[in-house]
Amino acid sequence: MVHAIQLLNLAAGALLLTAVLVLWRRELPVIVRVFAVQGVALAALVAALAREEGSAELAAVAVGCLVLRGAVLPWLLRRALAGAGEVQRETRPVINVATSLLAAAALTLLALAVSRPLVDLAPTPASRAVPFAIAVVLIGFLVLVTRRHAVSQLVGFLLMDNGITAVGFLTTSGIGLVVEIGVALDVLLVVLVLQVLTGRMREAFGDTDLDELRELHD
Amino acid sequence: METLLVVAPFAVPALGALGYAAAGWRRATAGLAAVAAVLSLLAAALLAREVVVRGPLEAGPLLRADAVSAFMLIAIAAVAVLVALATPAHLATELAAGRIEPRTATRHVVLVQAFLAAMALAVLAADLGVLWVAVEGTTIVTAFLVGQRRTRAAVEAAWKYVVICSAGIALALLGIVVLNHASAHSGTGAGLDWAALAVAAPQLDPGVTRIAVVLLVVGFGAKAGLAPLHAWLPDAHSQAPAPVSALMSGVLLSVAFYAVLRVKVVSDAVLGPGFARALLLAAALASLVIAASLLIAQRDYKRMLAYSSIEHMGLLALGAAVGGPLATAAVLLHVLGHGLAKSVLFLGAGRVLQLTGTSRIADVRGLAAGQPVLAGSIGLGVLALIGLPPFSLFASELGIARAGFGSGTGWAVAAALLLVVVIGAALVNHTSRMVLGPRREGPGAAPAPQPLPRATAVALVAGLAACVALGLTTGPLTGLLAAAAEILTGAP
Repeated sequence: MVHAIQLLNLAAGALLLTAVLVLWRRELPVIVRVFAVQGVALAALVAALAREEGSAELAAVAVGCLVLRGAVLPWLLRRALAGAGEVQRETRPVINVATSLLAAAALTLLALAVSRPLVDLAPTPASRAVPFAIAVVLIGFLVLVTRRHAVSQLVGFLLMDNGITAVGFLTTSGIGLVVEIGVALDVLLVVLVLQVLTGRMREAFGDTDLDELRELHD
Repeated sequence: METLLVVAPFAVPALGALGYAAAGWRRATAGLAAVAAVLSLLAAALLAREVVVRGPLEAGPLLRADAVSAFMLIAIAAVAVLVALATPAHLATELAAGRIEPRTATRHVVLVQAFLAAMALAVLAADLGVLWVAVEGTTIVTAFLVGQRRTRAAVEAAWKYVVICSAGIALALLGIVVLNHASAHSGTGAGLDWAALAVAAPQLDPGVTRIAVVLLVVGFGAKAGLAPLHAWLPDAHSQAPAPVSALMSGVLLSVAFYAVLRVKVVSDAVLGPGFARALLLAAALASLVIAASLLIAQRDYKRMLAYSSIEHMGLLALGAAVGGPLATAAVLLHVLGHGLAKSVLFLGAGRVLQLTGTSRIADVRGLAAGQPVLAGSIGLGVLALIGLPPFSLFASELGIARAGFGSGTGWAVAAALLLVVVIGAALVNHTSRMVLGPRREGPGAAPAPQPLPRATAVALVAGLAACVALGLTTGPLTGLLAAAAEILTGAP
């Protein structure tokens, strides 16, 4: 049992670390690789929970998680990147890297403060890891609002989703199989839609730097 | 039989989507959407009659129809009928002008039917998780409708729409996950079924529920176009093709707001009415301020209509914040009235755009001279939107205001009314210049003397007539509205 809890903590730590790495690095191919590692960490987290609870259903979910978040989504991101043109770097983030890392630290503290009631409600080893997952959601949101490359924004959205999924499993071992599958399908489709839009954006703008998005304003 | 009644409003558009996917968009299949919409309306009306008499009907563990669902289904189907009437002429004009290909037209009608099915599923869901999946589903199916024209502006609008709505709705998912945590540790087995959650309220942990409610209101509020995550709305609604704008503005926003109403029932039961009220009042007033400030100097008539939708969502939030049976019934009536009036206006605006080729207010002059029916519908539609009698928006705004002054939120209602007056003045000012005045000479400025297609004219006039009829009497909907308000206020 001790092993399962250690694996759980290790996976939760890896989730947060990969989120911070996404914020730190600017090369988009590296960011996509880090995102794939995070998907594996999330699958490991679910596997650890499955082992602790001895649940076959959760073990199956862990495998699904590994396939979707460790392989399919990164593959789609690589394709979006291939269609995004020569610029493979986040050239001008809205706030610079040092500031974003400080912001990430602040967001992690915020996550610790905000998730107190969640931990207090059921102080198990799993729910003690919830603040890490919430921090991942907040860092994902930060990436989404401060990055200007289409693929970076996509990764930001997916970081949020990884964090939310982790919160779901850490608190209650998931929110029902039908909803779980529906959510996974929705996320997959959103990424597909955005991938197609990235291609169209390149057709229309010749670039996927979202700085070009200023046709519409008041 | 019971299952069929519940499933039909969702199944009819789903079958419509399959039909169009198989047969494509042709002259022979043009009427399919209208038939499907009328059937959906009939199904919703039958369902409404049943739930008023017998109470909520269930179909499996995940679907349930009560009076609120039935009312929302009627609103969705009513707007769908208007849109289905105007769509064939819209697509024919676009095809003739070479702006879209036949393949795009087919995809348009398939996606619109899928969109209607997703909205019906959202209001029929008994489980917050299913509701979330359906609402996010609407974002996915409408993404390509918004970006249909593939211009820079359309692609930009589609990107913003998907990113902001998905991120906003992701916050709602986090809220659902957190609420599930509270529910799982309440020992009641309520899961995410909102009716069971309301019953289990005394056992839910208030601290955890508070976090969940904030996330859910902000998240679904983003999709409903409420501040602070409203930035996608004017872009998406102005770039989407007119029939899609009509559906998005007329009903999709209200479907997202319906989720907020359901969350409020749980919130009120666990945390008392004050908590959700404070959140909703803040969102309502912020939305009204944003709408007013950006409407005054608006230059684009489709964006003008989009900001007016933010205003009306703000009014819905205000009514929900006031709470109580009167305000809640008024909120629901406002959903239907706004849906009808706004879809008439978007369909009319789409026709104006096709005739003049510009969406700038300054470039459209003297519509009334060449296009009396179109200009009349737009003029009357704007009068309906600003809440003049005899349109139903007058009755619903009056209901919200009366309930507000009687419930200790008078200051907020007074501030809101002031903003509504400012918005009304701005709308009338912009519209009167488009509708009245001399026709402008020069290329592209004056509408070409093309007759309004008959089906479109029927849609415009029928929408306004329904809005007037609802303003005079809610007629057969009275019982349904009362039952729905009872469910949403948690009154026995």
